Amino acid sequence: MVRQGFVERHLRILFPLPAVIFVVVLMVFPVGYTFFLSFTNWTLTSGRPLEVVGLKSYLQVLKEPRFVQALGRTFYFTFASVIVEMLLGTTLALILHRNFVGKGLMKTLLLLPLVATPVAIGIVFNLFYDPTIGILNYVLSVLGLPQSGWVSDAKTVMPSLIIVDIWQWTPMITIIVLAGLAGLSTEPYESAMVDGANSRQVLFRITLPMLMPTILTAVILRAIDALKTYDIIYSMTRGGPGYTSENLNVLAFKYSFEYFRMGQSAVMLVFLFIIVMAFSLLVMRLRRIFEM
Amino acid sequence: MKTKRLLVVLLLALLLALPLFAQGTKEAAKPEIRVLLANHPYGELLKTKIPEFEAQTGIKVNYESLQESQLTQKLTTEFATKSSTVDVFMTRPLQEGLMFNKNGWYEGLSTYGFSDYPANTVDIGRKDGVAYIVPLVTEWQVLYYRKDLFAKAGLSVPTTFTELENAAKVLTRDGVAGIASRGSGAAAVTQLSSYVYNYGGNYLDGGKAVFDTPEAIEGIRYYGRLLGSYGPQGVTSMSWENIMPVFQAGKAAMWTDASVFYGQIVDPTKTSIPAADIGVAQLPRGPKGDSPFIVVSWGMAMSSASKNKDAAKLFLDWATSKELAKEGMFANITMARDSAWADKEVRAIMNPGLVETQAHAAKNGYPFDRPFMSAVGAARDLIGEVIIESINTKGTSTRLEALAHEKARAVDELLKADGEYGI
Repeated sequence: MVRQGFVERHLRILFPLPAVIFVVVLMVFPVGYTFFLSFTNWTLTSGRPLEVVGLKSYLQVLKEPRFVQALGRTFYFTFASVIVEMLLGTTLALILHRNFVGKGLMKTLLLLPLVATPVAIGIVFNLFYDPTIGILNYVLSVLGLPQSGWVSDAKTVMPSLIIVDIWQWTPMITIIVLAGLAGLSTEPYESAMVDGANSRQVLFRITLPMLMPTILTAVILRAIDALKTYDIIYSMTRGGPGYTSENLNVLAFKYSFEYFRMGQSAVMLVFLFIIVMAFSLLVMRLRRIFEM
Repeated sequence: MKTKRLLVVLLLALLLALPLFAQGTKEAAKPEIRVLLANHPYGELLKTKIPEFEAQTGIKVNYESLQESQLTQKLTTEFATKSSTVDVFMTRPLQEGLMFNKNGWYEGLSTYGFSDYPANTVDIGRKDGVAYIVPLVTEWQVLYYRKDLFAKAGLSVPTTFTELENAAKVLTRDGVAGIASRGSGAAAVTQLSSYVYNYGGNYLDGGKAVFDTPEAIEGIRYYGRLLGSYGPQGVTSMSWENIMPVFQAGKAAMWTDASVFYGQIVDPTKTSIPAADIGVAQLPRGPKGDSPFIVVSWGMAMSSASKNKDAAKLFLDWATSKELAKEGMFANITMARDSAWADKEVRAIMNPGLVETQAHAAKNGYPFDRPFMSAVGAARDLIGEVIIESINTKGTSTRLEALAHEKARAVDELLKADGEYGI
């Protein structure tokens, strides 16, 4: 009877317990352990056990030019792709919000890039981009335009990767914005009509401001993903040619699984963690301002 | 009500505990081992033969097949976190052997019979006199070439670097690259190695980085000139995975890479070139040498953490046996065992180009195709920077010496950090 009483009294704790354990084991522990590793010099190639060395690994990472470049590239990739995706995605949503023949088909087609696996997309785009046997250079040559090295040229590799990201993720923005559009109240539009506003004024003075919270939500989701991009870049270029398409995640991966410098890799991931956190907090605050 | 709830909780707990009982009964029945294979042709061959081994011995083999770098990652993660249940695995002695040995992840093979293997192939996996790796597959650098294009241009197969460059120049036309070889930084290090050796240079000497010597630099410049001028477009991002389809599509006249790809480039389901038009020749000799790399690209080893060492040893003996080595040779896989090469049946069907180039490489070759050190991954990226600079400038870069010098010092730092400098 005593045991039964215990279960009975603690049901509120017992039932969510598996979920709590799951979160602690699979989320809190790895993040905490990464922080711990960032203060060590754990390097498997030395064969020595790990030692806590304070901020030494941080100093080594900050002195590494590849880290600084990868940091810049992480922001470049995120801003370029998210801005284009925002503009394209919102425009598409505004178009799809009207009624026209083939709207259902359009929406279905738009969903396709979202359900494809990034690695598969990477492989297919690599075939398109191949400078010798790829279709894109063939099309360019038929049109009489100069050919490009696409991902195999240090100058064009980042824009080429950003194009893939835009191709895959614009539809997500479209879908979120479409949902936002469907939820807008009709009253402001009615008053605008009474006041004789033209369609441009309606778009810029009513629709877009009212959509802002939705758009910002989409920005947070996309930007966090873009900051952490790994799969498309690694499957397409492995950070090359040279180091010219390494972002923070790809560089951290190389440090841990190609160089086996776990401590320094953890430092990079701590930086990435802080950046993503700071960015999320910033945008969430912005969103609150818009909602008010 | 109360008893009902308790019952539900207890029932759930019981259900969750069920797998525990399942495992208990299974272990008693028959031994089980876990084997990690590479998706290399030999790994593929083993997969088809494993049921035979299971039938003979009654040992259950759970195998997984992984791409080579993922195999290293998986093994490293499991071993480093001491959570490994791997018993036997395929391993790359030159890429990970030193690091695995340093960390004590290999099991010593004091009872294995190594007499059928060339001594230097076994020595690579040796530490303090004990051998840890059974050599499986050897590969060496060769020159693949298109016989039809050579005939059309009236050229003979190049035997020197001067002739090679001339042939590349003549054959570069109509959208076909005269020559292809790996150009993507780290991946190119292995293929560049023979060029550097043939110019009299090396990557490491006496535990110090020496790829900034005038000889080595000349080799790097030659490689850059060759690929920068006559290589396929985008060569600095190409490893063998990217070059093979280009060669198979008939867009490259020559290709220098490891002998292991011969089977795939003559496979009629993958290539548009008739097998009769594809030749295999030895890498041309350079001004100061004629030693292509010949390396043990794959070996097999046991995990020191294995809980089933007897079963694991049985599997290792079987997977590296003479019989299977012969089967491998029949599938165009170049095995490490001497007896496999001496076998009459094998010699009757092997491509003569492969047999000749193997004989040449076995006699004159050098047993490393990369800097042999624990931090080889980082070192390859550093050397890769020099290679890319050379290709991008067609070998004319004025800062190549300074760059090579800087990177060589960085490799020295890696050696020092791992306690391997000057050894």
